[in-house]
Amino acid sequence: MSKEAQKERSMVLQKEMIAGLFNDLANAKELGKKVCYTFIPGNLSELIRTFDMLPVYPEINALQSAMRKKSASYIKEAERNAHSEDVCTYVKCDVGMMMKGNIGPTGQKIPEPDVLLLSYTGCFTFLKWFETLKREYPNAKVIMVHTPYQENAEMTPEMTEYMVKQFTEEVIPQFEKVTGIKYDEGKLKKHLELAKEAEDWITKIFDTTKHKPSPIDAYFAGVYYIGPINIGFRGTEKAVEYYRELYSEIQERIRLGLGPITPEGEMKEEKYRLVVEGPPNWTSFREFWRIFYDIGAVIVASSYTKVGGVYDMGWRHDPSRPLESLAEYCMNCYTNLNIPQRIDLLSKCIENYDADGYITNSIKSCNSFSAGQLGMMREIEDRLEIPVGFIESDLVDPRYFSYSNIKNRLESFFQMLEQRKSMETINEK
Amino acid sequence: MNKIENLLEKCKEYAFDLDFNRAKQWKSEDDSRVLVGYMPIYFPREILHAVGAMGVGVFGGGDRKQIIKGDAYYQSYICHIPRSIIELALDKHMDHLDGFIFPSICDVIRNLSGIFKQLKIGRFVKYMDFPQNFLPEVGGKFYQDEMKHVLKYIKELNGVELTTENLNHSIELYNKNRRLIEHIYNVRQEFPWRLSIEDVYHVVRAGTVIPVEEHNEILEELCAIIDEDIGTPMDKIKVVVSGAFCEQPSIGLIKAIEEAGCYVVDDDYVLGSRMILTDIDSKSDNPLEAISNAYIYHSQYSSSIYDVHNPKEYRLAKIAKQRSADGVIFASASFCDPSLLDAPIFQNAFDKLGIRYIAFQYSENINQYKVIKEQVGTFSDSIKLWED
Repeated sequence: MSKEAQKERSMVLQKEMIAGLFNDLANAKELGKKVCYTFIPGNLSELIRTFDMLPVYPEINALQSAMRKKSASYIKEAERNAHSEDVCTYVKCDVGMMMKGNIGPTGQKIPEPDVLLLSYTGCFTFLKWFETLKREYPNAKVIMVHTPYQENAEMTPEMTEYMVKQFTEEVIPQFEKVTGIKYDEGKLKKHLELAKEAEDWITKIFDTTKHKPSPIDAYFAGVYYIGPINIGFRGTEKAVEYYRELYSEIQERIRLGLGPITPEGEMKEEKYRLVVEGPPNWTSFREFWRIFYDIGAVIVASSYTKVGGVYDMGWRHDPSRPLESLAEYCMNCYTNLNIPQRIDLLSKCIENYDADGYITNSIKSCNSFSAGQLGMMREIEDRLEIPVGFIESDLVDPRYFSYSNIKNRLESFFQMLEQRKSMETINEK
Repeated sequence: MNKIENLLEKCKEYAFDLDFNRAKQWKSEDDSRVLVGYMPIYFPREILHAVGAMGVGVFGGGDRKQIIKGDAYYQSYICHIPRSIIELALDKHMDHLDGFIFPSICDVIRNLSGIFKQLKIGRFVKYMDFPQNFLPEVGGKFYQDEMKHVLKYIKELNGVELTTENLNHSIELYNKNRRLIEHIYNVRQEFPWRLSIEDVYHVVRAGTVIPVEEHNEILEELCAIIDEDIGTPMDKIKVVVSGAFCEQPSIGLIKAIEEAGCYVVDDDYVLGSRMILTDIDSKSDNPLEAISNAYIYHSQYSSSIYDVHNPKEYRLAKIAKQRSADGVIFASASFCDPSLLDAPIFQNAFDKLGIRYIAFQYSENINQYKVIKEQVGTFSDSIKLWED
């Protein structure tokens, strides 16, 4: 039987924040709040808050369902209704959950959307997802925000202008109409100021993996750390408070020379430092993490923690240019970067955090990440002469998580790392 | 060979020439000429034509190219077309193409543009982000900026500046091209036996790899022939094929559908050539804006275009009705996100609308169609034998 997971204080804080949000959602009508469904990449949290709406993130519902072992039945429900086996399992899990009553992770019903804010950022499936939801919620207002792709590794003035025009011509007028609240740029600026502060903190937090041993795991624990900044709390005092607290806990761990806390307990010895590309598997999240824990492998950086915003290259929300800044934020999310940009970013992570190896977790139903990963891996291997590993799983479909296959592949990869370390020691002597 | 056989044989050769020899020959006739490969679905080739360039449709290797290198770039659960396009590039089939355009279709084609950049294939690589906002002053303006970006790349290669006069002339040529293709479909709606869907496919696809002037001549000759009462009608139902807009089914599969008892009276196989539904204004002072407006107001539905304000299921239902089709065949490439994610939307709507359909998946390289043929045959029989 597995041990009870250890909880850091910041985890408790986060749990309270999320419980509060779901509680508000369950009582949205009584609170007189409008409900806005939207996505993590390119989420316009500050603007949603400016109009006092409550956000719902369907991807979060899906991954929470997977962690609570409910996704398999939701996916089956969707597949019974003509959804293909081969498409995004987040979509199917969400659709299945809706068909079965739309009960959220806290056991409370998630309200129907007043607004479907389609932030089409870095993932084409988002567009199809909300086309599907619109047919289920015909009364919801759908607002499309098309984020141009950084195809040429740049955000041009034309791209920013296009996005700002969408905000001023479509998003803001529609928000005003739905909520009856007039757009208040001063209020947005205040949220952006707080967003900037939270972004400073989270950057510092993920930068602590430079320490040896790393005080945190930037993938498995990282997905918890990005929670508040990604699910609607960015731009709030609460998020700043959470990240300040988390940073202080991590500083204490550094002072004590401690490694990351995992659900199995504290990691005693840091044997390998890795960078991971691709989202985690959610259906067997703890078992997946444990494979790394057992071998003493710590993830010092991951692309997945940048999916809701890339802050470690210096970009921040800027209250002096509120709408332009929101546009740049959307364009700068990880999956909106082109393949050479992704390679450069991951290479920097490997170098900056002194990683021993690079692993791709290729997700069957997420082409936004997966298409191109093999070429990226080969380029990184050639460029940095670093061992690379490749595993396959899925987001929330348990049929595509094969524990023994993944464990076998990872064990071979760790053996390769071990041999390389031995050779390096011999060469040094 | 008679005249129609000659024309069709020529088109068949062009359509599946994986070395794009006609385009290569066209380029060799003038040093300033530029060839630009474009992936499905749609690209406004008029703008290339106006600056001394030619668009060359790159639709994958189909069942005519063995994949060896391409599989090393794509996992088994990703569709087939990116691996065959990579294979064509790495095997130097496209070395004479100067640049490549990847229109926004899906995440796979988008990321393929990045792989081309990474591998430094071509002298330029452009991911063409088609607007998903349909306000002319917002999405339309952005679309014009995207077209200007492409023109900048061409100018860097051949120094040719776009003029209003040249672009209006090019628009007129492509208007004619679209009208002639539409004429073929209109004739086939009434008399589908006059030209098989296999032949139509060859003819339309040939137009993506040869100069438009030449294609127009072929189309004119062909239209004159099929305007005559030729061929023998057979007892088949009429269907519309939908979902095959990117990765192309092999010609054997296209043929198998008709052999199994279905006249295909409309399809989205080479959708880009039929994407714009009306003539584009060819007398405008701002032809880029005219092209943009045509896309915004008069483009065909597609699984890659955000549609909630103009739902695709009703648009497809309208096509089926206008073509007097007995049913719809949903043919999706395996692992094709846009097509497969649309399936529940179409099928739920068609159940309510009482439109008969079947669905199957294919891959560009499959050449065993027994199961699909049986499925299509049963669909056809069920309509012919049991329906009023």
